[in-house]
Amino acid sequence: MKRNVPLLLAIIAGFVMIVAFFIPYTVSWGEDVSIWFDILASIAFILGGGNLLKVHLKKVSDQAKGWGYSIITIISFLAMLIIGLGKLGVNPNPQFPGHGHWAGQYNEIGSPFYWLFESVFKPLQATIFAMLAFYVASAAFRAFRAKNMEAILLLATAFFILLGRTAAGVFLTDFIPEESGYSGLRLENITVFIMDVFNTAGHRAIMIGVALGTASVSLKILLGVDRSYLGSGEG
Amino acid sequence: MSRETTIWLIVFLIGAVMLFGRAMFTEHGMARMYVEESPREFVDLGDEDKSDWVSMDEVPEDVEVSAIPADRRVSWTSQKTSNYGEFVQQPAGGNIQFSLARSIGVWLAALFTLFVLSFLIKDNPLYKVAESVFVGISAAYWMVVAFWDQIVPNLIGKLSPTFVRNWAMPGLGEDARQELIYLIPLVLGMMLLWRLSPKGGWISRWPMAFFIGTFCGLRLIRFLQADFLTQIRNSIDPLYVTEGGVFDVWASLANIILLIGVLSCLVYFFFSFEHKGIVGRIAKLGIWFLMITFGAGFGYTVMGRIALLAIRLEFLFDDWLWLIDPTDKRLGI
Repeated sequence: MKRNVPLLLAIIAGFVMIVAFFIPYTVSWGEDVSIWFDILASIAFILGGGNLLKVHLKKVSDQAKGWGYSIITIISFLAMLIIGLGKLGVNPNPQFPGHGHWAGQYNEIGSPFYWLFESVFKPLQATIFAMLAFYVASAAFRAFRAKNMEAILLLATAFFILLGRTAAGVFLTDFIPEESGYSGLRLENITVFIMDVFNTAGHRAIMIGVALGTASVSLKILLGVDRSYLGSGEG
Repeated sequence: MSRETTIWLIVFLIGAVMLFGRAMFTEHGMARMYVEESPREFVDLGDEDKSDWVSMDEVPEDVEVSAIPADRRVSWTSQKTSNYGEFVQQPAGGNIQFSLARSIGVWLAALFTLFVLSFLIKDNPLYKVAESVFVGISAAYWMVVAFWDQIVPNLIGKLSPTFVRNWAMPGLGEDARQELIYLIPLVLGMMLLWRLSPKGGWISRWPMAFFIGTFCGLRLIRFLQADFLTQIRNSIDPLYVTEGGVFDVWASLANIILLIGVLSCLVYFFFSFEHKGIVGRIAKLGIWFLMITFGAGFGYTVMGRIALLAIRLEFLFDDWLWLIDPTDKRLGI
């Protein structure tokens, strides 16, 4: 019951998706299972939110180190959640004005949810990702050493790509006429050649490898050979 | 108070005074947001049995609007983003006006941006506050999106279409019928939420198994079709390319390098043979191709992050401080 039913569920769900691809009669089965998958993925977000609340409430209750920040997390979580789920401050839908604010768009421009998204979520997310520029550059400076052919190739390519996509790169080889037979030596054209040929070749091989790996792992799971996702214990 | 703290405190105080001065004592100020407001008004011209909401502009002339009771009228104001340039240029009595809420939003966004960037100096309480807010806000954001975009239309809407039509989705077709088969994802969802309970952890294995099985079935086909077959098909290009009957050296060379690159990388990925002799040399060539790919990927990642940083700095200097005006939205002030 604890291990065989989930195993059977995984096998049936997986094979329905495969069969739906090959047999037109079963296409709607595949579509339904696909929607169920999306629903479960959405419920997983609720699970994530619930778990976040649980962890931080425990931290506050235990007065563990940094519990003050947990209060901030809980307050911001609840504020965004209540405003979003309650559609607070949302105008009615112009197509159905009689239905009140519930028929309006939860992320309508000008609504409190939109305001929180634009003023808090978006800038924080963008800045946190932008910070990676410093850390990638710093890590690269410390780790990259042109010790052998492989490292030289990696460094040189990164250098050409970074330079070739900036105005400085274009300026450096601007003296080579665009119409001449040597225009391929212009930095921006070298960059395009590297991207279109060398980079594409490597990417293609990686994609083929990933596809074969995914197919073999999927088959192992669907045939019940790999059961690691069921966990080791009986609990 | 240590010397370092004192120096930072002085720097922050000077910054705050300058910001205050720019915001209060300049003619245009800074970080001011403007919106164009447009009133929307609707009336119900239907009868007791059936509503017929129409916009006030479309009400027939013979209808006495003032006679319609207040509960059959709805009005609100919708907002459209505007800017200082449009505000000062609008004719008298225009609808563009200063928005306090959005201006506070710009200040908040700027402060959070600075809080996060302060981590570059060292970990500090301001960064931790920004981090905590981000964790809470993003978890709730994705929950809300999942609820309104997936759970309401695809789960509740299938199980009880009439309720959802009357509540939040009046546009749901009258022909939408109840599909009780959707009790299965509902039950699986409830079982997934059981994970929050301290006991009965095995219950959540059922939905997890469904999840993994569906994912495997989906990916098995899609990866083989979209990645494996498509990549092989795209690699089969002519090695002797002609353009208008003339031999094209560069295109031919590109296709030859591409084919050699793909094959040599695949040889490197093939571990059933020991990488020695000719196989080893081809695998070595594959490594070189892969290094070029990783170098290009690295270059692009760095560029992408720097572009994001530039966007944040542009926000600070343009939208917040009003020191630059690249899009001329404030008439160059």
